[in-house]
Amino acid sequence: MLEEFEGYSEGRMRIKCRTIVRGAGDGETLVTRQAINFLTMVDLKTGVVNDDRHELYKQNIANKVLVFPNSIGSSVGAYSIYALKINNVAPKAIVCGKADIATASGCAIANIPLVDSPESNVFAIKSGSTVKVDAVNGLIEIAEK
Amino acid sequence: MQLTKDEEKALNGENGQALATAYRILLAIGKATEAEKLVPVDWAHVSGVNYNTIGDSGVEFLEQLSSDAKVAVKTTINPMGFDPVKINSLKLSKEFVAKQNRIIDAYERMGVTKSFTCIPYEVFDLPDIGTDVSFAESNAAVYANSVAGLRTNKESAVSALASSLTGKAPYSELRIEEFRKPNKCIRVNDELDGELDYGLLGYFAGKVSDNTVAFDGIDYLTKRNAKALSAAIGTSGSCGMFALGKASETIDFGKEEARKVRDELHTGEKGDVITLGSPQLGVDDLWMLASIVQGKKFKKRCLIFCARAAYESARKLGYTETVEKAGGEILCDCCTCLTPLIDRNEVDGVITNSIKGAYYLNNWNKVGVCLKSLKDIVKEECE
Repeated sequence: MLEEFEGYSEGRMRIKCRTIVRGAGDGETLVTRQAINFLTMVDLKTGVVNDDRHELYKQNIANKVLVFPNSIGSSVGAYSIYALKINNVAPKAIVCGKADIATASGCAIANIPLVDSPESNVFAIKSGSTVKVDAVNGLIEIAEK
Repeated sequence: MQLTKDEEKALNGENGQALATAYRILLAIGKATEAEKLVPVDWAHVSGVNYNTIGDSGVEFLEQLSSDAKVAVKTTINPMGFDPVKINSLKLSKEFVAKQNRIIDAYERMGVTKSFTCIPYEVFDLPDIGTDVSFAESNAAVYANSVAGLRTNKESAVSALASSLTGKAPYSELRIEEFRKPNKCIRVNDELDGELDYGLLGYFAGKVSDNTVAFDGIDYLTKRNAKALSAAIGTSGSCGMFALGKASETIDFGKEEARKVRDELHTGEKGDVITLGSPQLGVDDLWMLASIVQGKKFKKRCLIFCARAAYESARKLGYTETVEKAGGEILCDCCTCLTPLIDRNEVDGVITNSIKGAYYLNNWNKVGVCLKSLKDIVKEECE
């Protein structure tokens, strides 16, 4: 944990960010510093990351608050995000380092709350932490670990 | 991002649900790319046509949208899953064909040009230099920015569709002169010979750069090499443009870097099918292919993907007959990426010269890929 999260025990930690797609979602975090190609790396029926070279290999993004830098590769990644939603295995909210066009447009049609450009290092949040994403006011609230 | 009063109204659904969705998409990508406003675009090129790329939820999304959506500007579309003229000789499930046809019907209702090509820059006349367009299909976006002098961000399938329906795109990133200046430079320390080498370079460049990347050490690019370079850049990262020259930060690319990329994508030593295309072949590509396979015969099944408009021209010029005499199976309207025509249960491995093709054959079709340049394919796989 980096120092910005040391205030934990004294209360909830809040990180300001930018709202890209409005909404709210809370749940357990799944955090990676590696970019994601939703089309080729995620099983769209189950939400499981199926690329053995990705550090989230075998982990499930369904109903998580997914924290990752940005998506890469194919222009149809937006449809992949939409498919996750329709198949009920989408993340509850997404936090990007810097949201890219595929992720932003995918979340827009899938109604997945999306924030980006957090003011402190979200990649230091441990996977499994409980967070709330307020994608109206642009806030992430980390409740506990 | 500031919207005009009319744009606000459309966002709020006053002009129908489809336009509301389109503006919602533009608003999200406008915020993400820090746009101040929307600007007009002259041409949208939309991906997400092949059923394998968008799946059932994509079919339903397009059907719903098309009930009250009409294109506002010239709109061309990416390849579909198969060549409808040769459908009887292709092994396809009834389900795939039915769903593919539903997608085509939806796009047709919206009023697109059914180009089924990933090389719109080669099939259609180009607008004036500096014209704003909205190209999904990553190879086309990179080529449009870098070679054709057009301006587009590396659009997603649905953001290009939103531009098609509204005639607008956020004024951001690669639409702004400042962003088009490269911030990283790849110093090419090796002699590059042909499309495969340029593909390896592009895949490396896409991984290490973001908006615009420069190549130092390349003086001139043939169209063929520029296509391979653009497609590979678009495959591995988020970079949407390249330039020839220098930039402040330099990264070296030599034999070692090329070998590492090759190791990642060259996943099989043999293949029982050859695929050419991704990007699709244009008229010049078919001419070149015809000239090197003339009088020879492919020893294996060789699928050659090309744009139908290019095929028709090449047919009249006699190129396709030469290729077909050599055993080449030319397919129009479809391409290598996410093709339903390569089934891992029936194919041991695929030989290709396409870096983009190799990536998707590997990661989506899950077949082993043997990378070979076209020169080596003709030398080793023809008799």
